[in-house]
Amino acid sequence: MKNYALEFKNVSVIYGEGSPFRKAALNDITVSFPKGEITGIIGHTGSGKSTLASLTNGLLKPTSGEILLDGESIWAKPKEMIKIRSRVGLVFQYPEYQLFDETVEADIAFGPKNMKLSDEEIKKRVKLAAEFCGLSEKELKRSPFELSGGQKRRAAIAGVLAMRPEVLVLDEPAAGLDPKGKEEILSGLVEYKNTYGATLLIISHSMEDIAKYADEILVMKDGEIYMHGGVEEIFMQAEKLFDARLDLPQITKLFIELKKRDLVNSTDVYSVGYAKKEIEKLINAR
Amino acid sequence: MLKDVTFGQYYPGNSLLHRTDPRIKLLILVEYLILVLVASTELAAAVSIMFTVFLIAVSGVKLRILLKSVKPLIFVLIFTALINLFFTTGESEPLVDWKFITIYQEGIRSAVMMLLRLLSLVLGSSVLISLTTSPLELTDAIESVLSPLKLIRVPVHEFAMMMSIALRFIPTLIEETNKIISAQKARCADFESGNLLRRVKALVPILIPLFVSAVRRAEELADAMECRCYHGGEGRTKLKVMKACARDYIFFTFTTLLTVGIFFINNITIAGIVELCRDIF
Repeated sequence: MKNYALEFKNVSVIYGEGSPFRKAALNDITVSFPKGEITGIIGHTGSGKSTLASLTNGLLKPTSGEILLDGESIWAKPKEMIKIRSRVGLVFQYPEYQLFDETVEADIAFGPKNMKLSDEEIKKRVKLAAEFCGLSEKELKRSPFELSGGQKRRAAIAGVLAMRPEVLVLDEPAAGLDPKGKEEILSGLVEYKNTYGATLLIISHSMEDIAKYADEILVMKDGEIYMHGGVEEIFMQAEKLFDARLDLPQITKLFIELKKRDLVNSTDVYSVGYAKKEIEKLINAR
Repeated sequence: MLKDVTFGQYYPGNSLLHRTDPRIKLLILVEYLILVLVASTELAAAVSIMFTVFLIAVSGVKLRILLKSVKPLIFVLIFTALINLFFTTGESEPLVDWKFITIYQEGIRSAVMMLLRLLSLVLGSSVLISLTTSPLELTDAIESVLSPLKLIRVPVHEFAMMMSIALRFIPTLIEETNKIISAQKARCADFESGNLLRRVKALVPILIPLFVSAVRRAEELADAMECRCYHGGEGRTKLKVMKACARDYIFFTFTTLLTVGIFFINNITIAGIVELCRDIF
């Protein structure tokens, strides 16, 4: 049996219960996220992805159901929610707007400081977190408001990494960044995961990123779980994805078209690297 | 934390007050304030209360919603009434004289009058303006009512524009604040415990990003307005031109008469009426 870091059991979130504006943001969701793996969460706008994210660290209380972190309900001791929040790191969409301190260093230290760690430990963590996010020593001493958009994003993510959470939930961590910056941030996150054996949940609209980094994919639709499985398993069911108004990675779509013209014989190609190998194989075979 | 903030509590509807020209409503509001503040005798107070009830009746606003607008002021109302009750001295014997508490008949009277006056002010002005006038109508009306000041070079249009922008951004900023609060909470920030100083300090991580983003939004909006050739109020026309109709003028005239009348009513005492009746019969 797999070891699960985070489990949702029959979780529902309903806004405006009892009024005519009643709206179920999440409807009876049961899902588990395996320890040490990256789960990509995809879904159309308003499918409940962000609601799911706010549930993971107790910012939002579910209307019904249970959320288990390492087998224990996170709402068991509401007074110790701060402890839960240091174990489940949540990075919101556009996190650069939460920066406030005089230096990037002090800003990254905000989380660990709230956890009441020793100064020495805080310093160590800030340095490590900055490394994972690719921030230089020089940038740490600058004001966060002087940085470029991409660097601000790194600083904000580092602020959550510095708490060293065992589960890290990221809402569109790479949205609006240039391809290189995106690559660096995402691979930094993978490095963090590998170093500490953390569990990652990444919400993204980019099928390419999901295909490249995720181990599992969770597809949400209208506040419900639409599909959940391995990357190949999900992307093989193209029709079903289109029904949820989602898409396939571009390279996969290309291979589907090539298959139609009998130029290739497989369509389970999700990354450019793999596609390259596949094409080389075909060329050599001729 | 901020979910209870209701601002611009406009209550959509199609009542008489909703349809009244907002400029007329502004003028009526001024008269109404004079009326309520001037009314000092029991009879005058009764007239002003009747007029308030009339306004509430024609506004079509549900009583429950109306009471909600009074709720945050309950403390102020009670406090004012108590101050009046304890600190008004009268000429007659005190009704209660126990240790440091002395209550005179005049104190009770002024407490009740003050309470009714404040309650009328809050209820009357909210049904006249905030509940039945949309913020945009209101700023348009203010611009129009103040437009004579343009003659002495007061930038009336700019003031009105600033006001409507400010109103427009309140919900946006509230949303932004909630987002920042969530983000800092996710970083283990604690806003709920500790002494006053610690709680005030805990606000810094919210306020700084909020100010930064407000300034950023202002700059972006200014650029966007300039890109669309905004150059102030000169020669600018309106999408919705306000038109006052006969009904509005009647309403206005009626209020004016009542406001002027209240000065006379103030001079009529109940004893005077009794005298008058005796003279007639």
